Amino acid sequence: MRPDLQELFRMEKLPHIWCPGCGHGIIMRAIAEAIKESGIDMDKTVIVSGIGCSSRAPGYMNFDTCHTIHGRALAFATGIKLANPELNVFVITGDGDATAIGGNHFIHAARRNIDLNVILFNNNIYGMTGGQYSPLTPTGSKATTSPYGNVERNFDIPTLAIAAGASYVGRGTAYHDKLLKDLIIAGINNKGFSLIEAISMCPTSFGRRNKLGNAAKMLELQKTAAINVKAAQKLPPEKLEGKFLIGELHNKPAPEFTEEYDKLIAKLRKEAEQ
Amino acid sequence: MTVNKARLIQGNQACAEGAIAAGVTFFAGYPITPSTEIAEIMSEELPKIGGKFIQMEDEIGSMACILGASLTGKKVLTASSGPGISLKQEAIGYASMAEIPCVIVNVQRLGPSTGGPTSTAQGDIMQARWGTHGDHPIIALCPATVKECFDLTVKAVNFAEKFRTPVYVLLDEIIGHMREKVILPNKEDIEIVDRKRPSTKPGDYKPYRTDESLIPEMADYGTGYKWHVTGLHHDETGFPTTKPALVEKLMNRLMSKLDKYKEEILLWQEESTDDAEVLIVAYGSTARSALDAVEKLREAGIKVGLFRPITIWPFPEEALARLAANVKGVIVPEMNYGQLYLEVERICKDKCKTSGLFKANSEPITPDEIIAKVREVL
Amino acid sequence: MLGELPLDINLKHCKACGICYAICPRKALAGDKLGKVYMSDPDKCTKCGICEAHCPDYVIFVRRDKK
Ligand SMILES: Cc1ncc(C[n+]2csc(CCOP(=O)(O)OP(=O)(O)O)c2C)c(N)n1
Repeated sequence: MRPDLQELFRMEKLPHIWCPGCGHGIIMRAIAEAIKESGIDMDKTVIVSGIGCSSRAPGYMNFDTCHTIHGRALAFATGIKLANPELNVFVITGDGDATAIGGNHFIHAARRNIDLNVILFNNNIYGMTGGQYSPLTPTGSKATTSPYGNVERNFDIPTLAIAAGASYVGRGTAYHDKLLKDLIIAGINNKGFSLIEAISMCPTSFGRRNKLGNAAKMLELQKTAAINVKAAQKLPPEKLEGKFLIGELHNKPAPEFTEEYDKLIAKLRKEAEQ
Repeated sequence: MTVNKARLIQGNQACAEGAIAAGVTFFAGYPITPSTEIAEIMSEELPKIGGKFIQMEDEIGSMACILGASLTGKKVLTASSGPGISLKQEAIGYASMAEIPCVIVNVQRLGPSTGGPTSTAQGDIMQARWGTHGDHPIIALCPATVKECFDLTVKAVNFAEKFRTPVYVLLDEIIGHMREKVILPNKEDIEIVDRKRPSTKPGDYKPYRTDESLIPEMADYGTGYKWHVTGLHHDETGFPTTKPALVEKLMNRLMSKLDKYKEEILLWQEESTDDAEVLIVAYGSTARSALDAVEKLREAGIKVGLFRPITIWPFPEEALARLAANVKGVIVPEMNYGQLYLEVERICKDKCKTSGLFKANSEPITPDEIIAKVREVL
Repeated sequence: MLGELPLDINLKHCKACGICYAICPRKALAGDKLGKVYMSDPDKCTKCGICEAHCPDYVIFVRRDKK
């Protein structure tokens, strides 16, 4: 590993538990790079996760870290940030963790526009439990609980986050790691709820079952199926068929929850003094 | 010393004021009868003192939220009732496992399910003990007066901080909504306990290492200690382990750490027990009826006494066993189908007769009902 | 000699996923019998870093200071 990144990791905990070719490791490094580049105080940075393969990431990262319970990372993080707004709070979560069991916290944290940097590792499957379908498993795809192909429709995470009130939304992939890092930095700089969807890959439980090839092929697929939002604007709709957008998808600053709360405290203080 | 004015306040309000007096500066909750007043008061009072209130999207989130806040070093509270307390269970287990101080007020209503939102009950006694999965330590305190709502919430916060465990304050609807005249103590007369902070530098800090106190030192997030918190079994470094010996070491400590402090944690009241032939074991609002029954029966020359556990979990077993050895029978009136009775029966059955007086129909148990039961037993 | 290769490879952490040698634009990398990475043709390496960036296990580090 790059020597300058090593202080951001608990090096003695590596190698991580993720399967060969799992995209989560690439995304975890992008987060570390973003934190490093942003220059934020690492002693004042907390990384919170739920449960899942992705949620194991904080254990490898050299910060105050909290591996919580399934779906509740955002609620824990809300408590941390509100209790001490001085802290930079990151949330690492999976597609199931954030949008199935944790869906309610997801929309409400976005609605509050609380200053959290959420990196959602989307591998289209419940990885940790061995490959059941998630709200991000595409219709028709196979999972251990959709052996005939997924009958359900899936979420579009950025659309969900934007509708719920997130002030910064972007999407990168494990392939587009530099873009991913830049989006995370932009999220850090956004005072409010920032949601970065990081498309990952699960060769073990999703790729194999859906005949997508090995990890390298799945990474290649991210490259070919992704279109940068800026490029997409110039393309006719038929060229966008079967593609997904990456890049900065939404950037609309809004009042941030903990700052608004602090204003309330200041106002009450002033009133009490008078 | 200034003497505070007598005020007429509700149990729920006394809880809220007790929490603030104990140093609670963070509350997260979700409205539910009959606990809502606590959230309402906290929303009004906390920002005035620079504290934080948040109404979360549900009780799961509320519980998780206060645990997050506790990790930053704040003293934290949530309050709810039946359905909401059920939702909190997974996170309460996390608090037991990761040893995150927190206090949960449960103003009990009649269950199961939505049950009777405005009806009183004591149906969550066993849930308080075993509501979350797996073996785990827990403390539950049970006030019977408005003043005690204040005092025991202060104690609950102190216990949570000192022993790094979730602590329940178990009210029932009657106690939560009842108004009584109280004189609350002055700030300077209230004992405040803070969690132990690290005595080592960050590099040497092992977050779950303990000395003979069995209680590890806890660093506030954001102070450079960079420690890891997980609900997985962990070794003293805080990182996950599946090694049976280390899992056992952790579990043995968790399951015995409160034992060590029994003398401090176990609280109870004895009334007219010296020469009692019959002992009533009652708690919460039921203890008020029981006390009335004891007085009336004593006037009639019948030797009854009251044992009121204030700490319900862990149960003051030795104190009860001592009394049970000298009586003919023990009666347990409670507003459920016999929950604490199970514990009392276990402790007393070799020593005397035990019987229960159970009622869970939204009405309180009256002194007359208890008197009738005592006469039946005698 | 290993120290002179353009890449520092921590084989202990290599899980043989095959991403690096599939993604290498110059085919400077290959997999051994077990699928673990080795530099099959160090001279072709331009130190572009694409392997390093896409190794999920932080096995590869490009020695940028040396030629
Ligand atoms: C309350 C609860 N329900 C279910 C589980 C089992 N479980 C653990 S991880 C997981 C799914 C994780 O999937 P995702 O969030 O997509 O993350 P990934 O593992 O794919 O990174 C489930 C269902 C649990 N731990 N807790």
